[in-house]
Amino acid sequence: MSYDHRRTRRLFTGLVAGLGIAASALADEPLKTCFLYSNPIGESGWTYQHELARKELVAAVGNKITTKFVENIAEGPDAERVIRNFVQEGCKVIFTPSFGFMEPTVKVARQAPNVIFLNGSGYKTASNLGVYNARYYEGRYLEGVLAGAMSKKGVVGYVGAFPIPEVLQGLNAFAQGMRSVNPNAQIKLIWVNAWYDPGKERDAASTLMKLGVDVMAYATSGVSIVTTAEEKGVYTLGYYSDVSKFGPKTNLTSIMHTWGPYYVKVIEDVLAGRWKSGNVVGGLREGMIRMAPLNAAVPADVRERFVRAERDLIEGKLHPFAGPVIDQDGKERVPAGKVLSVEELNSMNYLVQGIDGTVPKK
Amino acid sequence: MENHLITSIISATIICGTPLIIVAIGTLVAEKSGVLNLGAEGMMSVGAVAAFAVAFSGGSPLLAVLAGMAAGCAMSLLFGFLTLTMLANQVASGLALAIFGVGLSAFIGKPFESAPIGIVPPIPIPVLADIPVIGPALFNHQSLVYFSWLLVGAVIWFLYRSRWGLVLRAVGESPSAAHSVGYKVIALRYAAVAFGGAMAGVGGAFMSVYYTPLWAEGMVAGRGWIALALVVFATWRPLRVVLGAYLFGGVMISQLFVQGSGLKLDVPAQFLSALPYAATIIVLVVISRNANTIRLNSPVSLGQPFRADS
Repeated sequence: MSYDHRRTRRLFTGLVAGLGIAASALADEPLKTCFLYSNPIGESGWTYQHELARKELVAAVGNKITTKFVENIAEGPDAERVIRNFVQEGCKVIFTPSFGFMEPTVKVARQAPNVIFLNGSGYKTASNLGVYNARYYEGRYLEGVLAGAMSKKGVVGYVGAFPIPEVLQGLNAFAQGMRSVNPNAQIKLIWVNAWYDPGKERDAASTLMKLGVDVMAYATSGVSIVTTAEEKGVYTLGYYSDVSKFGPKTNLTSIMHTWGPYYVKVIEDVLAGRWKSGNVVGGLREGMIRMAPLNAAVPADVRERFVRAERDLIEGKLHPFAGPVIDQDGKERVPAGKVLSVEELNSMNYLVQGIDGTVPKK
Repeated sequence: MENHLITSIISATIICGTPLIIVAIGTLVAEKSGVLNLGAEGMMSVGAVAAFAVAFSGGSPLLAVLAGMAAGCAMSLLFGFLTLTMLANQVASGLALAIFGVGLSAFIGKPFESAPIGIVPPIPIPVLADIPVIGPALFNHQSLVYFSWLLVGAVIWFLYRSRWGLVLRAVGESPSAAHSVGYKVIALRYAAVAFGGAMAGVGGAFMSVYYTPLWAEGMVAGRGWIALALVVFATWRPLRVVLGAYLFGGVMISQLFVQGSGLKLDVPAQFLSALPYAATIIVLVVISRNANTIRLNSPVSLGQPFRADS
């Protein structure tokens, strides 16, 4: 019965749309909003944070929308098929949060001009395709401040995923933050060349601990670095989600990707008919990244220093890449008084001073 | 300090190679009976999740390993039913088992995703563990590491010193001859396949309960496939399997140590990732560079179905 009803209504809205007053008729139809995830949702990590945001969206906008998601879709032809399905099923807004989903999204967006697409971490836009990303490196700077203050030996470990600009930005910002507190501290760096391989991540973490680091950060998705460090009493700085439950004694804080408020805003804009395509990049100020509560192990003076740096970043008084930025070879990349430009950030391919490692060639 | 570093590298190498040895030795026994089961990755995954579920529910590590063993064994019996009883194609069935196992483990593992469990402590062997440098490197490990060594010894003895080992190899070489002198070819193959599955399950249990320890989808990360390849490159010889597994682990771990020590390596990222695989393949190929060695060592009836009444 409800099916018949829906069909009648769809037919009716179709007729009305034909008469040219589509907007008013569509208003009472819930906005179908669909999400494509590249990984299984799990309990922490990149996809998990997007799923949290979807739930926040549902809680905030309520019955004005319906949502649907598909998880664990490989980046490539499969993604295009699923996005196309979304369009055929009547999705009006489609979120594709993964860099590897950019090309399939661009392709389908071209053929479905009445659907709004939002690609997370890509850069190609169209009139019906917006992109969004966050300044993760602001959080990395703050983690660096903690690392510099909490490391007794001044030797800090970092497990890299792949040497792409986004990861290098985070690593370099981390080094800048660390050296702002402890100018002699050094980072030992290991690339695992994987986004996710808990076994290999654990090996990298153990190796760094054997090499004498007493604080560790990482750019991979597993939590085995945190659990391994907890076992040995070495401090960690988390990424993607609040991972404190994996290292209750040693995880100092985490950078939490927080897409909820942004998703709510996008949907409210779409519902109000004022959404415009663009490239949205937010950081601590916009709440697109947040820092998890500090561990009890962080003493009051360090806490104060952290809060001050966080406030300065939010207020724009502090920039992680404010000059002078000196690279490993002693070359000045940003002169004093200047700040690294967005183009320079997006093409970052060097390591700053204080990092004892190399950028493997791509 | 220098000694300390060498100790660390050897110790980490052994841990890294352990799951590969356990799984590859199990596979080797199955293949010696003439059955090619490509499902190691799937059996490992199911073993890993089953073991983790038991450990998470408060079971002891031993109980967890037994659960992993049972799960891997059950998976291999499914494969056995398809290929030995129903005479389905072994390659296709094995690939299906690998994919099925990875998916099934993800499904079963949903409630355990990234749930933390306790660490299994290492057991230092008295006296031996006190030898400088190599003592802590070789004799201060979790129980499954010692198990892998005992396993290799037991399998070598079984295959080359025991009567049933001889029978098993005969079944792999010439099932019809073995059948004609009264041995139950299918039953023996079932047993070999079940053993292979059980060991794949133990390898999975090592990953999720001893190594990382956590459950997360895809955490076996291709180690089942590496174990399969090791058997072939080791030309079905158990000691070469051990050599290959430690070589793989050694290059992997040394590569991490080299990076962490800040040595300037001007090589592409992908090369570093490929290095452990490449090194293992090259060395094992050099060992068995005579093409005949592979041909002579590979069980003649490998992958071929056998019908008792034909």
